[in-house]
Amino acid sequence: MSDQGSFYQRDRSWHPPAFTPQYKTSILRSPQYPLLSLENTISELTGPVFGHDKLGPLDNDLIRNFAKTGDAIGQRIIVYGRVLDENARPVPGALVEFWQANAGGRYRHKKETYLAPLDPNFGGCGRVITDEEGRYWIRTIKPGAYPWPNGVNDWRPAHIHFSVFGHAFAQRLISQLYFEGDPMIWQCPIVSTIPDKQAIERLIAALDRENTLPMDALAYKFDIVLRGRRSTMFENRMEGN
Amino acid sequence: MVQKLDRLKETPSQTAGPYVHIGATPNWVEITGVWNEDLGLVLVAPETKGERIIVKGRIFDGSGTPLKDALVEIWQADAQGLYNSPQEKRGKADPHFTGWGRQPTDGTTGEYKFETIKPGRVPYKESRLMAPHITFWIVARGINIGLHTRMYFGDEEKANGECPVLARIEHKVRVPTLIASRSEENGMPTYTFDIHLQGEKETVFFDI
Ligand SMILES: [Fe+3]
Repeated sequence: MSDQGSFYQRDRSWHPPAFTPQYKTSILRSPQYPLLSLENTISELTGPVFGHDKLGPLDNDLIRNFAKTGDAIGQRIIVYGRVLDENARPVPGALVEFWQANAGGRYRHKKETYLAPLDPNFGGCGRVITDEEGRYWIRTIKPGAYPWPNGVNDWRPAHIHFSVFGHAFAQRLISQLYFEGDPMIWQCPIVSTIPDKQAIERLIAALDRENTLPMDALAYKFDIVLRGRRSTMFENRMEGN
Repeated sequence: MVQKLDRLKETPSQTAGPYVHIGATPNWVEITGVWNEDLGLVLVAPETKGERIIVKGRIFDGSGTPLKDALVEIWQADAQGLYNSPQEKRGKADPHFTGWGRQPTDGTTGEYKFETIKPGRVPYKESRLMAPHITFWIVARGINIGLHTRMYFGDEEKANGECPVLARIEHKVRVPTLIASRSEENGMPTYTFDIHLQGEKETVFFDI
């Protein structure tokens, strides 16, 4: 098989470090010892797969999948893109899960205390499995910005959280999607845990006017990149890449 | 200019935040009617082969307080040491065992709990065997990138002593942070695996 090589090591200087004092919760939740670097074993090169039978028809439509009396309130958007690996190859069959606040910046969660109201027609979760070319899309509403207890006046920029399962447990990833043109991105203590501006820009979805649904929803393009595998030498041929 | 490698950079990680359960276990936070059931709650079926066990524990921060907003995922081999994954080329895993589980830590006690089976041994390089283990992945508010670790079994002293991965840990005093103690609770073999994010007992985390 072409996918048996181990993964490129994670570039830990590209990801946020564990200890980021401007994001206060990280202070007591960041390991202090160095991580133990390991070559991938079969325990990390394998991973669960999720079949389409697990998903319902509205799972990727956050405007409708919790609706009781009508569509969720807010700016209607499509988020679409591809899941690729570091070798720029599509990752088909990837499960991508999304969660977000409503248009007022309020989450539907028992521990959430923000005063903005719940939307009775918005649950805030969605999921999708990528097709043969690694493509996915969801329909949702643009989430609102919200304040959070860190500094006395810290606000999160509008964002959608997402979680990705590729083909191996080593590829497991959770991150957040931001929106092009939002000035609040550059004031956020969580965004700034990522040291490199170019890396942050990789989390900003591009407004795509060509792919809007006319008279329905704006479109944002957002590609996700998972770790890629090394080539393996098989009977003196390079396999994999 | 030399030729370009045309390689992409991985999407950078961000914290899962305090509301990861909305996306991962929506029914658990009372968002019902969207998914039939939360993924990863059930690993075993009546037909699953192997010894039934409970794996439970808590995740402590640097002040010794258990995390009440974390999400724990596990990944493990079946009783024969085979993974239920298309990437598994050594044989066909038990079709009645998924090998993957997902649980939130309890909102009051901070405890996580899985009902699973004891995995078989799986090979390292050059067909040496690793000791039976369960791979853990932990995300939560305040954790900027998901933490990988492993749980080993306290009653597998011989296999643990031979495990090439445990042997890689330079500071031997830290090896016990990966080993769960076995007890009997309500007639079920129960392994307690507490995870410490910081401090003297900081768990060994992996860069895999
Ligand atoms: Fe959020």
